[in-house]
Amino acid sequence: MNTHHSKFWNKAALVATLALLAASGCHKKHAATPPAAMAPEATTPPPTASITADPAAIDLGQSVVLNWRTSNATSVSIDGIGEVPVNGTQTVSPASSTNFHLVAKNAGGTTEANVRVTVRVPEVPAAPSDNGDMGSDAMFHAKVPDIFFGYDSFDLTPEADSSISSAAAYLTAHPAIKILIGGYCDDRGSAEYNITLGENRANAAKTALVSAGVTGNRIRVVSYGKEKQFCSEETESCWQQNRRGQFSIDR
Amino acid sequence: MNLSARLLHARKSLSWVALPLLTLPLLLLSSSTLRAQDTFHLETSSGATSIRLAAANFKPTAADANTTTFKNTFDTTLFADLSNAGIFDMVSKSLAPQTTPGAQSDINLSQWSTAPASAAMVAFGNLGVQNNRLVVNGFLDDAKNTQFPQVFAKQYNEEATDDSARQVAHRFADEIIFRLSGGTPGIAESKLFYVKRGRGTKEIWEMDYDGANQHAITHLGEISLSPRVSPDNSRVAFSALGKDGFQIRMFSLLLGRLVNFQSVGGTNLSPAWSPSGQQLAFSSSRTGDPEIWVSDPQGAVAHRITNYKGPDVSPTWNPKTGAQIAWISGRTGLPQLYIMDTDGSGVTRMTDGGYATSPSWSPNGQFIAFAWNRKYGPGAPGGQDIYVMEVASKRWIQLTHDMGRCDFPSWSPDGRHIAFANTPDGVDSHNRIMTMLVDGTGKRALTEYGADMPNWSWK
Repeated sequence: MNTHHSKFWNKAALVATLALLAASGCHKKHAATPPAAMAPEATTPPPTASITADPAAIDLGQSVVLNWRTSNATSVSIDGIGEVPVNGTQTVSPASSTNFHLVAKNAGGTTEANVRVTVRVPEVPAAPSDNGDMGSDAMFHAKVPDIFFGYDSFDLTPEADSSISSAAAYLTAHPAIKILIGGYCDDRGSAEYNITLGENRANAAKTALVSAGVTGNRIRVVSYGKEKQFCSEETESCWQQNRRGQFSIDR
Repeated sequence: MNLSARLLHARKSLSWVALPLLTLPLLLLSSSTLRAQDTFHLETSSGATSIRLAAANFKPTAADANTTTFKNTFDTTLFADLSNAGIFDMVSKSLAPQTTPGAQSDINLSQWSTAPASAAMVAFGNLGVQNNRLVVNGFLDDAKNTQFPQVFAKQYNEEATDDSARQVAHRFADEIIFRLSGGTPGIAESKLFYVKRGRGTKEIWEMDYDGANQHAITHLGEISLSPRVSPDNSRVAFSALGKDGFQIRMFSLLLGRLVNFQSVGGTNLSPAWSPSGQQLAFSSSRTGDPEIWVSDPQGAVAHRITNYKGPDVSPTWNPKTGAQIAWISGRTGLPQLYIMDTDGSGVTRMTDGGYATSPSWSPNGQFIAFAWNRKYGPGAPGGQDIYVMEVASKRWIQLTHDMGRCDFPSWSPDGRHIAFANTPDGVDSHNRIMTMLVDGTGKRALTEYGADMPNWSWK
């Protein structure tokens, strides 16, 4: 049943969006209508319409009551539901945040009303408690990007500094995340020295995060030297890819 | 430094490298007859000043198929060992007399001492399978001494296998080398430990000094690097990549399994045995920065002997004294070669630039072999080659040229050879292990591609 609902309401949301676009197109057309066509408007006033949702925000799986009132309308429809009575209520259970778009029509014109229902989707369903919020991997990698180093260097570049600031903010907001910093080197030079260089790179990133307020015991450091390459061509751009401090969630 | 200047430098250096490395009281060593070419010849490894030695094919004492097979293995191995020793002018088998002497009474020495063989010394003997035992009698004669020609005679009695035939040949060769090289034991019975690349793994392997008998030591399914065998051949220390990064592992060759080595945090790698076998030096980042530490062979009583920000790695002990450690440090930028006393005092920088790695201290304590890229830098075409530096003077010579990337030199126990890893085309998986004489001659591959980081046993 739930599955059916979800599919239906995803579709509904799409239709609603399309309808909104179409509606705004209509307005433009309407404004361009020549005065002669305005004649019926003088005799029949356009309908009035309002729609409310209670509650306005729900958790995924809960339901919400839509309540709408119109006057002077000959036909009323809600996108995703279809034709509905001029006044009414309906219980819905959308799968994601949805704009419910009501259109009331009569001979005198069209009136629209909207209400937005916010659906709170838990980002990591497995995490039970509030401070267990690990965020998604995609979000983690967007907010905590890998950093890259200069040739034979373990100093942070200006770009790396700003990456660290973003990373520190995200990690402060998600105290449940433990992170693994992997130190990597390009394949030039010698294997043993590169492992220590990678260690210094990963530790430079750790030190910067700690300075930015992330507790050190959340951070684990592993140097892979040149034993795990991201890119295997003998080009500068490839070497640059491999001179890396890689951040990942330490599970 | 242009080529001629470099050659000049090498010329000057040659006399010091030649004398102490290959001190051969029986032979010596008059003038340096250097050829104007890119590598260096020592008088001990070419020309008339080497002992001219003939190794006759051994005479079969039985007619069965096993004897024939073992005899071929023995003859081939013996000739290769004596050729590889680098101190003999070997008589080509095509110049040897037609007869096959099997015993002292069989040999007509004048056949061997005159042209075309012109041998000064002759090794010969007999071999056969008797009662499922391989029995070998070997002799060494001085061809010019007609009255008392015999230098020594040896008898070997081993299990009748092809490997026994090879090992007996190694022992006989080592005996000849020991007698004719002024008392330095041969290396034909020594081993090489190395890293063998698998599918996503690197394991520790072992082989004979001539590349024969290659076999796996570890089966960890991890990335294992930097094998270092203990001076008594009982254990191999190495480092392996696990969940907590690289850690030192200790493998007992006697028990055939891993034994304890304490891990105390950080990355721990590049172990090196003290000549006593009682201590291990290695790089550890347990305090947050990679430094050189020394512990016992179980990882206990660890203490730090360097304290300087930047990578410190790849220690190697002075095997003669046990009182100094050479290592690689990035404290001033690119990695350079340093030496210090084992208590961390007396730090001395040895290289003046470039990118230096992978030091190995010579058995006599006078030299350090290492890999050096003197033109390392972004866009620089420099190559990484093997160099040998005299510790006392910091003078150096280059041993490899224009053969791709070279790394991880390791001295043979007799100090006459250096094993190293070579990547001819620069492709990382195309590592192979080669050996050469310390003058840079006699380069040959011991393995196919996929072998790296050789470590020559202490004996």
